[in-house]
Amino acid sequence: MFDLSPTEMTAILLSLRVAAVATLVATPLGIAAAWLLARRAFWGKPVVDALIHLPLVLPPVVTGYLLLLSFGRRGLIGAWLADHLGIVFAFRWTGAALACGIMAFPLLVRPIRLSIEAVDRRLEQAAATLGAPPWRVFASVTLPLALPGVLAGMVLGFAKAIGEFGATITFVSNIPGETQTISSAVYSLIQTPDGDAAALRLVAVSIVIAMAALIASEFFARRATRRLHGS
Amino acid sequence: MLRLDISKQLGDFFIEAAFASEGRVTGLFGASGAGKTSLVNMIAGLLTPDRGTIAVDGEVLDDTAARLHVPAHRRRIGYVFQEARLFPHLDVRHNLDYGRRMNGLAQDPSHLARIVEMLDVGKLLDRRPGKLSGGERQRVALGRALLAQPRLLLLDEPLGSLDEERKAEILPYLMRLRDEANVPMVYVSHDPDEMRQLAAQVVLLKRGRVVAFGGVEVLPG
Repeated sequence: MFDLSPTEMTAILLSLRVAAVATLVATPLGIAAAWLLARRAFWGKPVVDALIHLPLVLPPVVTGYLLLLSFGRRGLIGAWLADHLGIVFAFRWTGAALACGIMAFPLLVRPIRLSIEAVDRRLEQAAATLGAPPWRVFASVTLPLALPGVLAGMVLGFAKAIGEFGATITFVSNIPGETQTISSAVYSLIQTPDGDAAALRLVAVSIVIAMAALIASEFFARRATRRLHGS
Repeated sequence: MLRLDISKQLGDFFIEAAFASEGRVTGLFGASGAGKTSLVNMIAGLLTPDRGTIAVDGEVLDDTAARLHVPAHRRRIGYVFQEARLFPHLDVRHNLDYGRRMNGLAQDPSHLARIVEMLDVGKLLDRRPGKLSGGERQRVALGRALLAQPRLLLLDEPLGSLDEERKAEILPYLMRLRDEANVPMVYVSHDPDEMRQLAAQVVLLKRGRVVAFGGVEVLPG
């Protein structure tokens, strides 16, 4: 039963690509957001915090619809991006990555924020007295010490991105070879007579990917912790 | 060398101090809660005074009237904290090298070798701070501060977290530092004996105010 059809293989590779791109693009933004929330006091902070967490509590179909309205071909941002930069999200795999990135963002930010909050500020002060300007304090002390949290956030974000369904299918539909990820392929297959075997194959692949991600994250987190706190 | 005239409200605590010191080692003496650490944090630039001026070697670092506050990383003032505060993710070698890298100073192997020898940390270079004893940590912290080539070195009870035996182990290094390193120091302590051994001038602090300033004779019995 484990001969994957070309359509199934395409869906798996697309899911991996979408989730990887979403995670890699979201990570630097997530680190910046986590640092702002952990270390800075600014006007409107509760609103920014709520906005970041909004995709977690909104129905995914609502997030997808909002994306369609704003990033669709006729959406305010989508039209501008298409006309000026030639970037199109609607019904493309890039749109799936955008939807997954936004849905994964709160899960990515949270562990990073917690690990930045846990970094001893007295070490940052020591770095400043040794001549390090704020951004170098961040790069040489805060970020390396928060690394286990960054890795945890990336894995959580990747897992969320690879499983994302509602916002993706609403925003970019379910086009085989372009936007059909594992989730939307399973959704199609279970509505098709005789699709059960194929659906089960994809389910098995999902479990393997999820398990691999979790084991990898545990491994990296342990290694990072060991590296940080003496051999 | 160090001229200071400041005041600051910290919660219920009010600190108001003015003195100008010239000696190689200025002692800041007082019971815990006298405001010693707050004062040192202001000299380092980690805390901003509500009012007043701080100047080192004639360069004004704080002047509230002129809204001037030079941030800590541009002051070139070294700071050895009571708890060492070594970077746990870097080995001793990279902890020592941190200030040089951040200040963009050229590598100076002979300076490094001299300080490694002076503080006797040569055997520790490849270790992580987690594998050091309290006294070793404090010696590395001293070296790290010195290697950033500060114009003034602040030492906030560097022996405070050590037991008597360790104190006796570190004290000779501090005296050597005073005589050989050629960096003026501000030494904070609540131990009169330590002060007598190290300081030339003493500022006596009590509840946030300077109550005496002079030679070691101002220290209590």
